Amino acid sequence: MTAGGARRTAWQNCVFALFWLSGITAMAVMLAVVGYVMVKGIPEFSIDFFTTSPRGGLSGEGGIASTIVTTAYLVVMTMAIAAPLGTAAGIYLVEYAGNSRNRVATAFLKLSRFGIETLAGVPSIIFGLFGYALFVTAMHFGFSLLSAALAGACLVLPVVVRTAEEAFKSVPDAYREASLSLGATRWETIWKVVLPSATPGLTTGIILGVGRILSETAVFYVTLGGSCRTPTSIFSSGRTMALHVYYLAMETRAFDKAMATGAVLVILIIFVNLAINAVSKRLSAGGNRS
Amino acid sequence: MNRTMACLTAMALCICSLAFAEKITVAGSTTVQPLAEKLALAYESVAPGVTVEITGGGSSVGVTSVGNGSVDLGACSRDVTQAEFERFPGLEALCIARDGIAIIVGPEVSVTNLSKSQVRDIFTGDISNWSEVGGPDEAIVLVSREEGSGTRSAFENIVLADAALISGAAVLQPSNGAVVTTVSTTPYSIGYVSFGYLNESVTALSVNGVAATVENAQAARYPIVRPLLLVAAGDASPLVQGWLDFIMSPAGQSIVEAEGYLPVGPVE
Amino acid sequence: MTRKGIIDEAMRVVLLCAGLASLSIVVLIGLFILRESLPAFHEIGVWNLLSGKEWRPGQGQFGLLPMIAGSGLVTLGAICLGLPLALCCGIFLAEIAPTWIRVVVRPSIELLAGIPSVVYGLFGLVVLVPAVRQIDYPGNAGFGLLSASIVLAVMILPTIASVSEVAIRSVPDEYRQGALALGSTRWEMIRRVVLPAARSGILSAVVLGLGRALGETIAMIMVIGNSVMMPTTMGGPLPGIFLSRARTLTGNIAVEMSYATGLHSSALFATGVVLFVLIMIVNSAARALMSRNVRGGRP
Repeated sequence: MTAGGARRTAWQNCVFALFWLSGITAMAVMLAVVGYVMVKGIPEFSIDFFTTSPRGGLSGEGGIASTIVTTAYLVVMTMAIAAPLGTAAGIYLVEYAGNSRNRVATAFLKLSRFGIETLAGVPSIIFGLFGYALFVTAMHFGFSLLSAALAGACLVLPVVVRTAEEAFKSVPDAYREASLSLGATRWETIWKVVLPSATPGLTTGIILGVGRILSETAVFYVTLGGSCRTPTSIFSSGRTMALHVYYLAMETRAFDKAMATGAVLVILIIFVNLAINAVSKRLSAGGNRS
Repeated sequence: MNRTMACLTAMALCICSLAFAEKITVAGSTTVQPLAEKLALAYESVAPGVTVEITGGGSSVGVTSVGNGSVDLGACSRDVTQAEFERFPGLEALCIARDGIAIIVGPEVSVTNLSKSQVRDIFTGDISNWSEVGGPDEAIVLVSREEGSGTRSAFENIVLADAALISGAAVLQPSNGAVVTTVSTTPYSIGYVSFGYLNESVTALSVNGVAATVENAQAARYPIVRPLLLVAAGDASPLVQGWLDFIMSPAGQSIVEAEGYLPVGPVE
Repeated sequence: MTRKGIIDEAMRVVLLCAGLASLSIVVLIGLFILRESLPAFHEIGVWNLLSGKEWRPGQGQFGLLPMIAGSGLVTLGAICLGLPLALCCGIFLAEIAPTWIRVVVRPSIELLAGIPSVVYGLFGLVVLVPAVRQIDYPGNAGFGLLSASIVLAVMILPTIASVSEVAIRSVPDEYRQGALALGSTRWEMIRRVVLPAARSGILSAVVLGLGRALGETIAMIMVIGNSVMMPTTMGGPLPGIFLSRARTLTGNIAVEMSYATGLHSSALFATGVVLFVLIMIVNSAARALMSRNVRGGRP
């Protein structure tokens, strides 16, 4: 090996050592944050913690029961609005506008793409601002599950539409052609052929949306009100787990309880990620995707 | 698809049917919130079937929300302003309690008394070191509330006499609880909160030599006291009036006293 | 028309409506926020809003410059701290790390990108703020740009690392083989061939990170102090500015939204518009850069 070659190799070793170091540092930093929350939080877990509701006020006493219920309600309500709407929009964009030669349809497709892209980049607090002004005050829903779910639906809609579009696009055209040539109408083709083959992709989108709602705080900070009681109706105010972490950390000195609630959230997000991985494995096993 | 639709409709109906229980909604001042929550719990136990739901937001949002009809009652921890009366003419304010504002510091500050003018100078930024008021040689960290907060506007009215402004360098926190937490965890900081939020983690300073206690405030010796209001739009419905009557009854006023606020009527 | 035909047509219309509804939500949000912010732009003036240094809604002063400076500085700080580490991490994972590390690390990075921001904020409040408070500097209370920048840097790390890793991995293997066959070392191959080819993908990773940093709300409220003031060095050297308290545009909206009425409320909508425009500028600048790079950078 020439002297130049040796120098180049030595240089490479130096640089690679640096990369190893930064890779390890990055991992260490990220794990330190999550690890700290888990280590401080998990010892606080107890049956009482999960089955009693927060007492409110400054004490930070009580568990997280009502916040679990509120989070569940909110996730269900948000997805009940966003999932059908987003999926239907995805179907239209791919199955109708996407195949159409009509100039209006193509323009609509482009405009929608642009709109969805833009919406996906909008900071969540802007959805909060919108939700507060429109649903909470202008439409008189007040600080309520309904206002929060509507604002949350606007937040996750781009995610759902995008993944739905991807899912429908990944269904091979041969399926559609076969169905149409057997005499099925377009809708029958979509309902009986395209939708079933796109289900795993759609599921991914919905789980992503659920994850987004679980971890969102800013939107619900300005639309949900933050009452620590269990909601009794869609017009009830409430407090999600993420919001509870915020209130505990800011309003009380119960940092340990906040860490514990944070740890619950982290564990939920781990499950969400596992679910997405499981679904996308099925997706690639099904061979629908390239 | 039809089945899915049917399911969704059924779900929606179920949720809606829950929406028409007898409910009083309250929004506004975070100062009034913990007191109102206690008063609500007590009332719910004597008036079964009624729920009172309380959300925060701040005094201004309380007045606005009741004015535009999104809640039954607005909670407000300062007087309703002239501008607000002009914007929403039919407002009726009921004073349910009075409240002192305590000047709080963390445990490491050795100062125990400040004059009202010293408090003013500290919050305007004219005094920036504890040594100027007899404390350690440490910079003062101001903790204040947001613009729009009832506690802040009451504090500005009474202590700063509206002429001066709270220094821009102050750490701003969005609620009484957050001010207490911040003061207790930030060394050499000073803040102001409602009496109801005092706890063992912070020290309430005497002002003009008068300790920040309910007795002193009741006897008009403690200088920083403001009213706590529940605001209704016009005449309250019988449902709402029931709760208001309960609050003004000796039983309700006892709760006011027990929570560290000043009652405005006879107690039990 | 047959029954099937009617259903077919009806469903087309239903789906069209769903598409239109989704699109109209976008338009609605945009229009609504613009409409609500108009009084502020009209009465205060665009220039006064953007260049005013005082934000005292009670006194009718609405200047957004302190918040723009706060958002800008905290994003700058986060990029300075987080970007080099994140990019190195992305390159490491894509090109250098052994497979077993990749298998373990990649999913955990994806997981970290999904952790709620309030958890990062909590960590900042409990660990970073007291740590930063130890720095002996006049006026330092722990809350401020430095704590906020560190929190943001940790938050954008996984986003940038994972997106840039995907971009680097998607460079075709032929490029690598070609470079190695010409006698490059692996580092030279990475630097001269792989990174330039992945440039646009890496850039979009950075933009995603920037967007996330500019748009973060809750974690910022918790650690930045929320003071309405132009960040200052407080008489010390220039880096001291990061120990100053500040407020972000997002925090301005979140903290004051529920207190605001009238012009104040409208000024908060104007804050939203400014934030939105900032993010659009970042996005379109990146898009412009990317299209130039795609033309110039790819053989």
